[in-house]
Amino acid sequence: MAVVWIPSLMYDLTGGREQVSVPGKTVGEVLAKLDEAFPGVKSRLCVGERLDPALAVFVDGRAARLGLLASVDNNSEIHFLPAIAGG
Amino acid sequence: MSAKGQSAQPFRVVGTRPLRYDGADKVTGRALYGPDISLPGLLHGKMLRSPHAHARILSIDTSRAEALPGVHGVVTAQDLPETEAQAARDHVLASDKALYVGHSIAAVAASTPHIAEQAVQLIKVEYEVLPAVVDVMEAIKVSAPLLHETMKTRSLAGESQTPSNIASHLQHVKGDPAVGFAEAAADGVIVEREFRAAMTHQGYIEPHAATAEWSANGHLTVYTTTQGTFSIRDHLAELLHLPLSQVRVVPTEVGGAFGGKNDGYVDVAAALLSRKTNHPVKIVMTRAEVFLATGPAPGAFIRVKMGATRDGRITAARAELYYEAGAYPGAFVGAAADVIFGPYNIPHGQIDGYDVVVNKPKAATYRAPCAPPVCFAAEQVIDELAEKTGLDPLEFRLRNCAKEGTRQINGSVHTDIGCCQVLEAAQRHPHYSTPLEGAHRGRGVAHGYWGNWGARSSCTLSVNADGTVSLVTGSVDLSGTRTSLAMQAAEVLGLTMEQIKPSVGDTDSIGYADTSAGSRTTVATGIAVVRAAQGAVAQMKERAAQLWGVPADTVSFDQGMFATGENPDKQLTFAELAARLSETGGPVTGVGNVNVEEWGVAFGTHIVDVEVDPETGRVTILRYTAVQDVGRAIHPGHVEGQMVGGVVQGIGLALHEGYVYDQEGQLLNPTFLDYKLPTALDVPPIEAVIVEVPYPKHPFGARGVGETPIVPPPAAIANAIYHAAGVRMDELPMTPARILEKMGVI
Repeated sequence: MAVVWIPSLMYDLTGGREQVSVPGKTVGEVLAKLDEAFPGVKSRLCVGERLDPALAVFVDGRAARLGLLASVDNNSEIHFLPAIAGG
Repeated sequence: MSAKGQSAQPFRVVGTRPLRYDGADKVTGRALYGPDISLPGLLHGKMLRSPHAHARILSIDTSRAEALPGVHGVVTAQDLPETEAQAARDHVLASDKALYVGHSIAAVAASTPHIAEQAVQLIKVEYEVLPAVVDVMEAIKVSAPLLHETMKTRSLAGESQTPSNIASHLQHVKGDPAVGFAEAAADGVIVEREFRAAMTHQGYIEPHAATAEWSANGHLTVYTTTQGTFSIRDHLAELLHLPLSQVRVVPTEVGGAFGGKNDGYVDVAAALLSRKTNHPVKIVMTRAEVFLATGPAPGAFIRVKMGATRDGRITAARAELYYEAGAYPGAFVGAAADVIFGPYNIPHGQIDGYDVVVNKPKAATYRAPCAPPVCFAAEQVIDELAEKTGLDPLEFRLRNCAKEGTRQINGSVHTDIGCCQVLEAAQRHPHYSTPLEGAHRGRGVAHGYWGNWGARSSCTLSVNADGTVSLVTGSVDLSGTRTSLAMQAAEVLGLTMEQIKPSVGDTDSIGYADTSAGSRTTVATGIAVVRAAQGAVAQMKERAAQLWGVPADTVSFDQGMFATGENPDKQLTFAELAARLSETGGPVTGVGNVNVEEWGVAFGTHIVDVEVDPETGRVTILRYTAVQDVGRAIHPGHVEGQMVGGVVQGIGLALHEGYVYDQEGQLLNPTFLDYKLPTALDVPPIEAVIVEVPYPKHPFGARGVGETPIVPPPAAIANAIYHAAGVRMDELPMTPARILEKMGVI
């Protein structure tokens, strides 16, 4: 199962759990499962059915440009971080 | 320098120093910049700007301006369609409130610039002046005047209950900071300090300028000086409610940008005026307008606390970052949070970042956005930890430097990095071991980091019948990237640089490209170029196979020569085969479209010697060495230029530069006379030391180069000042007055 690193400001939703293992073949599937276990997670990370544009999802260190459609592996590590470009 | 992972494969073009394509036109004055554009029937636009930092707009009367002979049209926010992007709309032309001195209220098009200036003065605006807040720490107070009455603080904890000038809050936590600080408190050292940094200007010489023209069928063309044609196109289409296909943005040469031209400030107003007057309209900002009304780098308040054991191991780090977004949210505080402790392996840490609106112009990116101030803060604290643990400053950093697999405080993991290699190279450099003699002199070091960027790029590569190649990308060339991209094509195609003609396409002639920012162009667009070149080679192999009557998979291509294993007598040069494309199926065009998800980050270590005049506080920089991991230097001359240029700008941030506002939000230094950029007299010879730890996921190992070198200078210079004068500086810029104040002289 993929491991989602929970942003610290969302620990209130996961009862303090910092990482949660979740099944799913895409980031979207993982998020849906995570939201089932910890209601409210998805609404904090998404705007409608898309990832909040202020955020970027990183899967195994890659900036997953497909967002919620990005594939994840069984051992993937998923992070939600502020979206950053540069000057 | 040999380094981990470096390939022994020699390159024919990569790593050489060819002349840049744009050089001759630029040094002879032929290059066309934004203000140079001229079209038949051109009108000139000028903006009316708010004299108040915070005021409600009660009414706007444009009748006298419209009646002035020579005036063709006036526009206000009422000429813009309603949109969900209300902040972007208000930023272009204020509708309800003016939020900073210089906020655009109306625009005029006239037959001459002089008449337009006169007309602007005839527009009557009735304001209700409101209290302004210009300091980030004042703005976060509950009692502060609110810029946006309904704005609440966004964060992953949800939205705040009450309105606030804090637009957003981010947080990263690793481990348990309390445990880490307890360990340092029990048997080690803890340092906690506060720092401030002023808003700063990117220092580009060419002002923002845009010329807009509508065709009879309602299609808009805008010629503009920008880092990103497609982002300007998208901005225009959104605010004018146009299909993307009906907006064409044509890039001019860019006379400096450094992050300041990712956003447009006059494009939409020029388009509105052009539509209203049925003439092409050009708006060129004055220098004062650039200072007042374009996006500076945000000012900041930073609190840093770090702990270490007696043997120099960092146990915990804590940072609070308050960044001034200006009038609308978006101070890039996320970048500051990523960078501040990025070079180090820290077991326990917490970073909180706050994006705060104030009555100043909306902040923009500036070369490594937000990074120099946080490096200034963290690297001084680290220097103090090194001193208190009795360790050499570089040795202290080496004991804690990030390595392969180091998990950062934001949770992500460093891979394929050259962090320690750069520190080691600095430690070995003769500058570091050369004794520094003389009174009031000190040596400082700092280690900096920038995460770079990948994102979207596109390229088309057309093979011409004479064997030359036309190479078009959508990436605006800010620093010679036409050359570094052509070098990568030449390397793949086995051609000389003279056989490649690179150019930057407008938005109708090339696929999408993200803005030229984040040190991405040579790297990400380079990948698109390599793919396009490889695609062209693959097509040409099929043409050769067709001519020779052999299977395509028997055709090889090496050093510009096609051959087949079926018959050693069959060989064709690239040019010979190009001449026969017409008879074998027609044109060959390679295409590369990428959305790069992985790229190499870059670290730099700087060493600087300074002398501080104890009577005047003047800092003289005696010697400067910048060491940086660049992955693979595609064009070492350009890389060195980026490193030296970054240091020069960093010296400006350190010693001279800063917007000065009064309490009412009036900018007191909106000229280059009063906003001092470094000149040749302020800058010593700077040695750029290239370290190559190739990034394995780029075809040639390249990393982004342009931003990292601006990150360490303020910190390195601050540490040198400490060792010269015995005072820790806590505010940028470190002016003579501030140094004398710290020294107790004034």
